[in-house]
Amino acid sequence: MLKNRIIPCLDVKNGRVVKGINFVALKDAGDPVEQAKIYSEGGADEICFLDITASTENRETIIDIVGKTAKECFVPLTVGGGIRNIQNITDLLLAGADKVSINTAVVKDVSFVKEASKKFGSQCIVVAIDAKKVSNKKWEVFTHGGRNKTGIDAIEFAKHVEANGAGEILLTSMDRDGTKSGYDVDLLKEITNTTNIPVIASGGVGTLDHLYDGIVKGGASAVLAASIFHFGEYKIKEAKEYLNSKNVSVRL
Amino acid sequence: MNITIVDYQSGNICSVINSFKEVAKGKVNLEVASDINKIKSSDKIVLPGQGSFKNCVDSLNKINGLADTLKEFAIINKKPLLGICVGLQMFANVGYEEVETEGLGWISGKVSKINNQNGKFKLPHIGWNEINIQKESKILKDIKNKSHMYFVHSYEFIPEDKSVISATTDYSSKIVCSVERENLFGTQFHPEKSDKIGLKIIENFMKI
Repeated sequence: MLKNRIIPCLDVKNGRVVKGINFVALKDAGDPVEQAKIYSEGGADEICFLDITASTENRETIIDIVGKTAKECFVPLTVGGGIRNIQNITDLLLAGADKVSINTAVVKDVSFVKEASKKFGSQCIVVAIDAKKVSNKKWEVFTHGGRNKTGIDAIEFAKHVEANGAGEILLTSMDRDGTKSGYDVDLLKEITNTTNIPVIASGGVGTLDHLYDGIVKGGASAVLAASIFHFGEYKIKEAKEYLNSKNVSVRL
Repeated sequence: MNITIVDYQSGNICSVINSFKEVAKGKVNLEVASDINKIKSSDKIVLPGQGSFKNCVDSLNKINGLADTLKEFAIINKKPLLGICVGLQMFANVGYEEVETEGLGWISGKVSKINNQNGKFKLPHIGWNEINIQKESKILKDIKNKSHMYFVHSYEFIPEDKSVISATTDYSSKIVCSVERENLFGTQFHPEKSDKIGLKIIENFMKI
């Protein structure tokens, strides 16, 4: 059977890995290529790089880091941050990324997903949705690392990007990101129930139980986490063994 | 030995190149080309493929003489060829992604959308799934049954002759994920993205 994926995410700024609380107050910790190798050898099912400042500081994504990582890691590599056009995607794929994660550019114009998935195939187009709760059972899409509100309903937007050819949704709760209080399971449930493409849960993991909740309660196909792995609180293997002990199928 | 990875503008083949380079470690001469003479003089061919069946077939047919050269290589001269993902799917007579499209017709069969059972199974089928080995296969040598491979696809190859199937995987139904007929090999999963076990498959192909 298909296994639930554990995806460590490396937030990268100026070629270094960082992780902030609610996308601000960044700490510095490490070389992304080395980190990716450690994760890959530790059993990560995929690796994700997010160039977290690219959107706001108008910087292109980290092509050389992707290139170096792709030569040493033989698991899928997803790269996001600052992707505005087809050329940006081409550059990343040529450097060795397997998938790209697009956020702001899709919110601006959803036809970009259609164009990208037609050109490269849905399998490599991940749409990242950053959502914030606005009222009971209602979430709004945010862009620019959570700085800009859009007025767009997150659930409707998820259906819309699926219809336009997105292969996966990377769903981040802006309320939970960096808080270590767990995924927004209600948000996850809403999106996984209304779409037929895989959803990757993101934002808020502080314990291994949170990974369990994302998969079992939220219905996510994959769980993404940054700081719990990055600061060595848990190893990927521990996370997988824990999930396995609770009857969640993972690749061991 | 010369191995050529066919570059026919079928999307991203970087990972295929990186993984073959890693396994070859300079011992095997690796080429990335669509040049017909290079293909003719190769010992082995890798045919990758990403995106839609139609896109891949169209891209392949855009290069004058490429389809015929590959056929001569794999079907007439019976030299080893490995198709990956849509590269494998193109072995079929026909594919139904976007519109009905004629394939290479090397192994009778069709490529159709995985039955998602009214949304019970999400598509694309993305992630690590176990393979069920159905017969002895050169590229699956020393690969344990139930090994995990990385998949990403929404369409499946359904060959008429079931004896070509070397492995299946369970997703909605038993999906064909590895085929072998004489010198012809194909995987629906991505050995280049399947960690060490995937590299082992690449090594097996190199050693044939």
